[in-house]
Amino acid sequence: MKLFEYEAKSFAQNIGIPVPRGSVASTPDEAKDIHKRLGGEVVVKAQVLVAGRGKAGGIKFGKTPDETRDRASEILGMFIKGEKVQKVLVEQKLASKRELFTSIVQDRSNRCQTALASGQGGVDIEEVAQTTPEKVIKHPLDPIFGMRAYDSRDVALRLGYNGNQLNLFSNLLSNLYRLSVMYDAELVESNPVVETQDGKFVTADLRIIVDDNSLFRQPEFQERSREVSSEVSPLEAKAREQGLAFVELEGDVGIIGNGAGLVMATIDLVKQFGGNPANFCDVGGGSNADHVAAALSVVQSSEKVKKVFINILAGITRCDEVAKGILEVKNVIGLKKPLVVRMAGTNHEEGRRILRSGNVDSFEKMEEAAKMVVALGSS
Amino acid sequence: MPILVGRKTRAIVWGITGNQGSFHSKLMKEYGTQIVAGVTPGKGGNIVNDVSVFDTASAALETTDANSSIIFVPAPFTKDAAMEAIDAGLNPVVIITEGIPARDAMVILAYAKQHGTIIVGPNTPGVITPGEAKLGIMPGEVFKPGTVGVASRSGTLTYEIAQSLTHSGIGQSTCLGIGGDPYTGLNFVEVLKLFRDDPGTTALVLIGEIGGSAEEEAARYISETDYPKPVVAYVAGRGAPPGKRMGHAGAIITGTEGTAAAKIESLTSVGVTVADVPSDLPRILEKQAPPISH
Repeated sequence: MKLFEYEAKSFAQNIGIPVPRGSVASTPDEAKDIHKRLGGEVVVKAQVLVAGRGKAGGIKFGKTPDETRDRASEILGMFIKGEKVQKVLVEQKLASKRELFTSIVQDRSNRCQTALASGQGGVDIEEVAQTTPEKVIKHPLDPIFGMRAYDSRDVALRLGYNGNQLNLFSNLLSNLYRLSVMYDAELVESNPVVETQDGKFVTADLRIIVDDNSLFRQPEFQERSREVSSEVSPLEAKAREQGLAFVELEGDVGIIGNGAGLVMATIDLVKQFGGNPANFCDVGGGSNADHVAAALSVVQSSEKVKKVFINILAGITRCDEVAKGILEVKNVIGLKKPLVVRMAGTNHEEGRRILRSGNVDSFEKMEEAAKMVVALGSS
Repeated sequence: MPILVGRKTRAIVWGITGNQGSFHSKLMKEYGTQIVAGVTPGKGGNIVNDVSVFDTASAALETTDANSSIIFVPAPFTKDAAMEAIDAGLNPVVIITEGIPARDAMVILAYAKQHGTIIVGPNTPGVITPGEAKLGIMPGEVFKPGTVGVASRSGTLTYEIAQSLTHSGIGQSTCLGIGGDPYTGLNFVEVLKLFRDDPGTTALVLIGEIGGSAEEEAARYISETDYPKPVVAYVAGRGAPPGKRMGHAGAIITGTEGTAAAKIESLTSVGVTVADVPSDLPRILEKQAPPISH
């Protein structure tokens, strides 16, 4: 789960990480008032969860409070990659000597958190990492001991700092690591950390992404995780409410299966035979009739779905339960789209008998069923 | 001779008093696995499926001679259970639980490495040595004893492929899921090492999927070590879009990394035949290693 910049910065400030002075505004007039309080020049930043707001025009500068009000009114209400801007952060503009990139990431290949830092901070860090990877310092952290003070000093030294600045930067990095622990963060990233004219470090931007699997011990975010994010389509939201793993795709063949790997393989097969899947829908292991019925109801409710393919290889799942779920939909709301069922594994004979009793045919082999669903209606 | 799990396996089940734990410990016993104890804090003294339940691993080890473990406890308690199992000297530790925090997984894996303990999972269907024993939740009837080792990142897809092997008369030495999470213990390379040293395994099937780089690392290992046994593969997720988690937390294409095409390419380039559809695997195996069948 992604946090807004202003939230991340308030958490940072609570543990002593230097952030620019500023405040969050929901209206242009509030932005103007904040500027009056801050004085000097300010930066007005769209508060959105998607990345790339700078390039999209979501960051502007104000020299006077009136100008700041105008910039805020331009940004508030704009859409950045489909996300509407509801708030702006108004902050003092920093005079920077150098812009650094720092990050605490979860590192899949090293199976640990890794501290990243670069003297080439700013918007195009991805490009720096691609073209001149030697300019990005990578320091893997021991999962059991975490970031020790000397880990952060090592990074500071490699960035070229010494004396008081070495301690200042390593404190900042240690504190960013602390944030990652406190909030179970997949990512804590400040790009840029600004080195000011007087040699101090301030986190000019800050992103935190909380590991969704940690929400059980992050109570303050639990409620929010249930809110619908703009990155999820309405159909995806509806499916996830039913406890289904669901991803919307481009095509017209609704796909339902049990187990992520099997559903992926089903999508691949349908594509290989010339069909175009409309979704990924995993009912998971041990599904009962209601769960299968919920999946079928959601998938066939989509207008773009022209036919539905249910592929079940039952292990813990039982085919008779799956069959009951299918007939439940047929009898209560009706099968709205042509349906192809493949069933194998636990209780498949009973499952098939139940389906036959409701005049639904089924296949034993998944390739045959996939060919059938692709052929449906295309002749 | 199997890897990881077999007739000599004597396992402690963490979470045996829960729904999943009690259901599957019954099935594991029926399959022939020796389940010697259960651990659930606060439920010591109970009996589940004729198995004694203890509050701690050390209490369980006072009266049993367990050597392995399987964990079903909910995600918030998994780190504690896994560390307790590692400390108790149990090996392997199979973690069925799904959805544990990434930082917890990293700690478990680092601690296991210090102790020389093999972790299978988390988010795995487990390990089965057909005809001998299983530590996992897979349906025993789709497997049959034989000499093909199977390692997979998925659950049901593994059963699908095992079933098609079985139907073609190709039995398996050991089948295991390495887990669908981004952070798992055993990876493909480590499984390849175990199977290389197992005289009972003559050929291997790797079942990969999008996300991460486990398949690419396996390809590199196969080529660098001139791997002595035939390896065939299937990779799921050719039709998956970037940036979307396909059910498994680990199955996500980030940027251009982790695509099925890249994985298939790196496996093919080191001589691994990658099947277009899962049901092609038995035929490909028979061509590569004729004696394994029937």
